Amino acid sequence: MIALSDYLIFGAILFIISMAGIFLNRKNVIVLLMAIELLLLAVNTNLVAFSHFHNDVIGQIFVFFILTVAAAEAAIGLAIIVLVFRKRKSINVDDLGTLKG
Amino acid sequence: MTFELFIFYFLAGVACTSGVMMITIKDPVKAALWLVLAFIATAGVWITAQAEFLGLVLILVYVGAVMVLFLFVVMMLDINLSILKEGFTQYLPIGTMVVLSIAAMMYMVLGPENFGLDVTGAPVVHPEDYSNTQAIGLELYTVHVYAFILAAVLLLLGIVAAIALSLRRRPTGEVLYQDIDKQVKTQASDRFKMIKMKSEIEEPIKPKEEEEK
Repeated sequence: MIALSDYLIFGAILFIISMAGIFLNRKNVIVLLMAIELLLLAVNTNLVAFSHFHNDVIGQIFVFFILTVAAAEAAIGLAIIVLVFRKRKSINVDDLGTLKG
Repeated sequence: MTFELFIFYFLAGVACTSGVMMITIKDPVKAALWLVLAFIATAGVWITAQAEFLGLVLILVYVGAVMVLFLFVVMMLDINLSILKEGFTQYLPIGTMVVLSIAAMMYMVLGPENFGLDVTGAPVVHPEDYSNTQAIGLELYTVHVYAFILAAVLLLLGIVAAIALSLRRRPTGEVLYQDIDKQVKTQASDRFKMIKMKSEIEEPIKPKEEEEK
């Protein structure tokens, strides 16, 4: 029988890996977006696991909505990347510092 | 180790390995493909948690749509790969340190001490004819129907925003565009004019045979 802690630790490991991806790939915007997708996946794994162990389907519905929002976010993010690349001929994060944030 | 546990550890291992490969590999196309593998393995993990519908939706929506979109964009852009990996080794030590410390803290909270089987108890195992899709549908279309409609609106917003952002207007002269405002505002009087004039009478042409006579 798989314990709840197994699912939670799996989610935590995925979360940490994608966090490391955000730390390490500070140049490539596309890999940053992909790391964010993996981050959302890790969080969703936690929700699915708790939904399983509490025998409550609402957690899965929440995951369903998160997936919807993530899909919309990915589409708009990629559109922005295409626009930036068309303007700057680069997707290097360092070249996008016009706002000095 | 039971078969179920073996499947879980195998899929979790595949997902974590492909996650690591995704963040370390140089080529964004290969990174996207590794991420696809991570998604598929995680879908399997969700199915072991009896979330069959979501596992299949993850494969259909993420692997089938979102990742294909990613691959499409990655292949469309002409990226200079050598610049993009600069600084990877520079941030590697501190990044690994931060990540490992967070991992240790998370293990202390989420480990078997607090969420082991003897603490949470075994989950409810549904019978063979239990339909996860039906359970989600019943809840989704009754209690959460308002949120469901809002999600649909959000997707529409995503479509409109993505198209509006990436639509490129080329200079006029190069391509002819429809101007819908002008088309709708057009009156009949813009298109043709009524002119007063005398009616013209065409004279009948005399047959040639008569002239000869």
